[in-house]
Amino acid sequence: MIPEIGHFALVMALCLAIAQASIPLIGASTNNANWMAVGRSTAIGQFLFLLLAFVCLAYSFVVNDFSVLYVANNSNTALPIYYRISAVWGAHEGSLLLWVLALAGWGFAVAIFSRSLPQDLLARVLSVMGMISIGFLLFTLATSNPFDRLFPAALQGRDLNPLLQDPGLVIHPPMLYMGYVGFSVAFAFAIAALISGEMDSAWVRWSRPWANLAWVFLTIGIALGSWWAYQELGWGGWWFWDPVENASFMPWLAGTALIHSLAVTEKRSTFKSWTILLSIIVFSLSLLGTFLVRSGVLVSVHSFASDPARGVYILGFLALVVGGSLTLYAWRAMRFSSTSQYEIVSKETMLLVNNVLLIVAMLTILIGTLYPLFEDALGMPKSSVGAPYFDAVFVPLMLPLIFMMALGPVAKWRRENLGELLNRLKVLAVIAIVVGAVLPLAIYGNNTVMTGIGIAAAAWVILSSIYAVARLVSKRDAKTPLLKAYAKVPKAMYGMLLAHFGMGIFIIGVVFTSSFSDQVEQAVKVGEKVSVAGYDFILEGVGPVKGPNYDAMRGSVRVEKSEQLLTTLLPEKRIYNVQRNAMTEASIYTGVFADLYVALGEPVTQDKWGLRVYYRPFIQWIWMGCLLMSLGGIVGALDRRYRAQRKTKPVSA
Amino acid sequence: MIRVVSLLLGLWIGAAQAQIVSVEPEYQGRYNDLLHELRCLVCQNQTLADSGSGLADDLRLEVKRMLEEGLSDEQIFAFMSDRYGDFVLYNPPVKPRTWLLWFGPFVLLIGGLIGIRQVVRANNKTAKSSTLTESEKKQVNAVIQDRDD
Amino acid sequence: MKSLIPALLFFVISGFLFVGLYKDPTLVSSPLVGKSIPSFSASTLFYPDKKVTQADLIGEIALVNVWATWCPACKHEHPDLVALSEKTDIPIYGLNYKETDKAEARAWLRDEGNPYAFSISDDDGRIGIDFGVYGAPETFLIDAQGVIQHKRVGVMNDKIWQRDFLPIIQRLRREAL
Repeated sequence: MIPEIGHFALVMALCLAIAQASIPLIGASTNNANWMAVGRSTAIGQFLFLLLAFVCLAYSFVVNDFSVLYVANNSNTALPIYYRISAVWGAHEGSLLLWVLALAGWGFAVAIFSRSLPQDLLARVLSVMGMISIGFLLFTLATSNPFDRLFPAALQGRDLNPLLQDPGLVIHPPMLYMGYVGFSVAFAFAIAALISGEMDSAWVRWSRPWANLAWVFLTIGIALGSWWAYQELGWGGWWFWDPVENASFMPWLAGTALIHSLAVTEKRSTFKSWTILLSIIVFSLSLLGTFLVRSGVLVSVHSFASDPARGVYILGFLALVVGGSLTLYAWRAMRFSSTSQYEIVSKETMLLVNNVLLIVAMLTILIGTLYPLFEDALGMPKSSVGAPYFDAVFVPLMLPLIFMMALGPVAKWRRENLGELLNRLKVLAVIAIVVGAVLPLAIYGNNTVMTGIGIAAAAWVILSSIYAVARLVSKRDAKTPLLKAYAKVPKAMYGMLLAHFGMGIFIIGVVFTSSFSDQVEQAVKVGEKVSVAGYDFILEGVGPVKGPNYDAMRGSVRVEKSEQLLTTLLPEKRIYNVQRNAMTEASIYTGVFADLYVALGEPVTQDKWGLRVYYRPFIQWIWMGCLLMSLGGIVGALDRRYRAQRKTKPVSA
Repeated sequence: MIRVVSLLLGLWIGAAQAQIVSVEPEYQGRYNDLLHELRCLVCQNQTLADSGSGLADDLRLEVKRMLEEGLSDEQIFAFMSDRYGDFVLYNPPVKPRTWLLWFGPFVLLIGGLIGIRQVVRANNKTAKSSTLTESEKKQVNAVIQDRDD
Repeated sequence: MKSLIPALLFFVISGFLFVGLYKDPTLVSSPLVGKSIPSFSASTLFYPDKKVTQADLIGEIALVNVWATWCPACKHEHPDLVALSEKTDIPIYGLNYKETDKAEARAWLRDEGNPYAFSISDDDGRIGIDFGVYGAPETFLIDAQGVIQHKRVGVMNDKIWQRDFLPIIQRLRREAL
């Protein structure tokens, strides 16, 4: 009964989406207030129905209803309850439901928090979001219905893929989807602007915080995915340039460009049509990602099992939405013209450089990811495009961007003097170079050119962020106390600088982990030790353990440094009862300045086991940096000017 | 259907993890480096170092065997590419058909930077000219600079 | 019109994506096509004491099929292989790749039909590596001189036989005259 209610809720949501997509749009063109108001109620209704559908599916998992095919394929009575709930989004059909729920959630948020938004703009935005909902709901109902029944019902489920039985699964997809889908709001605003031909200050003040929030979710989602891979895959890596990872990274790069472009459009009323194009591009990349993951076009360790029919549908939908919006852009974009001028050296131009670098990076990843597909389609032998290629091209593209991150925030709008600006920053440059040269030497007794440049770049970003705040505060009125001056700095400024600072922390993590990691893979007898980077790992013993839905051999490894006991790590080799694949559960000792990572291998003899030990310096700084970046985004979005009506201060005439 | 089956099979194999091979300390460094530059053809986006497939296990043993026989890195790469093609090597060689990959990004970058110059010029020509007087423009400028955020 | 560029780029990419939907991205072309079969020495499935080498495969146009009981797709293609072996006089040699249960393999061939003249036992997979095997089932077409003329990765059936193998076989026979 419950699955049928869920199914019915999906159908109701589709009906509401159809209404949401059409009625408010027509109302906006005909200036019919009642019709425009339909947008708000349908958006709320659609969300509530999808929430109901989601709850029904989750309920089916919790009570082990194996008469539902999706539950039977992805769950098991022995599966712990928290994984049973997260199994809702563990495979294709359920994750689609999560996608449409997230989309409806954002629509709901827009409907609720839009008291002061002009009614016609709200109507058009909600209409566009409704159109996207229709596409995904149709896809779900027609090809990927999670409520399909299994008759006769299975007695037991096939269990969730053991790789997904990890805390990472609980939170990574929801965050990631909130990010992907969140950019549909910016997209909808852009389309609304193209349709109405208007793009005023209200429009910008509205779309900017929505774009920032979507960016925050996407940053957290990607960071969680990386962290999860590190915890779960058993060999200490954190990014593999896998096509599905790239599919999430591309909208992030374009999204970063967008939030910077929106800043310029808000402040200076320029970059207008570029901002609209970017809004379309970011969401298009989200949709492209959805296509790549579910169509089977690319080889990936992440992809859902797929078939061409699904791929054709998504591609058709993509062609309609993306092709349609890009064509609309080509047709209508010239209506928006800039109302301000700026010199070739100015904050505006620097942000243009920011955008160019980010978009080129995004295009590079796009070409590299799709390259095997291009070659195959043209009948050429396949080239090997993988991590070595992406690492080689990505780093040189990012270095100029990192350099600019110090200049942009302190440059003047409209006109800046480059010589004077560089002069102000030259002390920071010297300190950064010295830090780059000295810090690796001081900590590890070793340094290389690339490592030094990397650390110098990180120091450059961190120092310049602090400098930017200090400089702003130093320009205060002599009477204002220091603390008050700090409090008066706009949150948007703090947000930006916190995000840039976070980027610096991220870079430190990446550079140190890449340069100074160490590992050993060896067969070890019980009682023997393995040494890595000054730490000793002694295998104390291996014995059987039983988990809720698996059997395991658990090793006990004592970790010492200079004879002092640091911790005991417990790596496991699990065999899950249902799917019967062997899973290595690494045991990690997490530290601020390094992680120690131990994985258990195969038994060589009765008391001799294969052991893999990794030393990963500063690796947690990677995700700390991402967290700080997200925090920066949140702080920025909370800036006063987005929440209340701006109080205009009279300027002395 | 078969594609689904084989794909699922591949996924199933990929879900397992790399078995650990015991290699003498003198070879550990080269062993690790080599494994990270060879692709697993079953789980095609994983290196031989990370892949859990049966083929990867076998090939890791082969690499270990070749190291212990004293073969050079070039010989080991040749062994692999003779049997599996260039695709098994992770570094794409710079050939005409990969020019787009290697030179594309930098061509795009140069193009973008040139584009910026065009955009700035075009914008200054077409931006609506202000109807403020010179002194008013100065005041506006001062307010803008003040709001440096 | 400059502003049409994004839309045009998108449609070009979509074209490639559409073509890609109907291709198998995991297929890797073999560098061994045009080269002689690798040398090996091994026993066979039914006669563990008997040794065979690559010389036993050379002499006439033949197929070498890589299979094992742990491979579901191999079991799926098996009836087609049996039918093929009855239809054509081209011998099919089996490469029993990393077989986990030889008794089960023998029983399987006895019960379901044996399309193979004999099956080479490749217990540790070394022969498979020399053949560049990466995804069972695979089928090689070799000519009378022992040169690999074609490799099929994936199940073998009559459609593939007609489309990919027969044209090459006919060409080889014409050239031999």
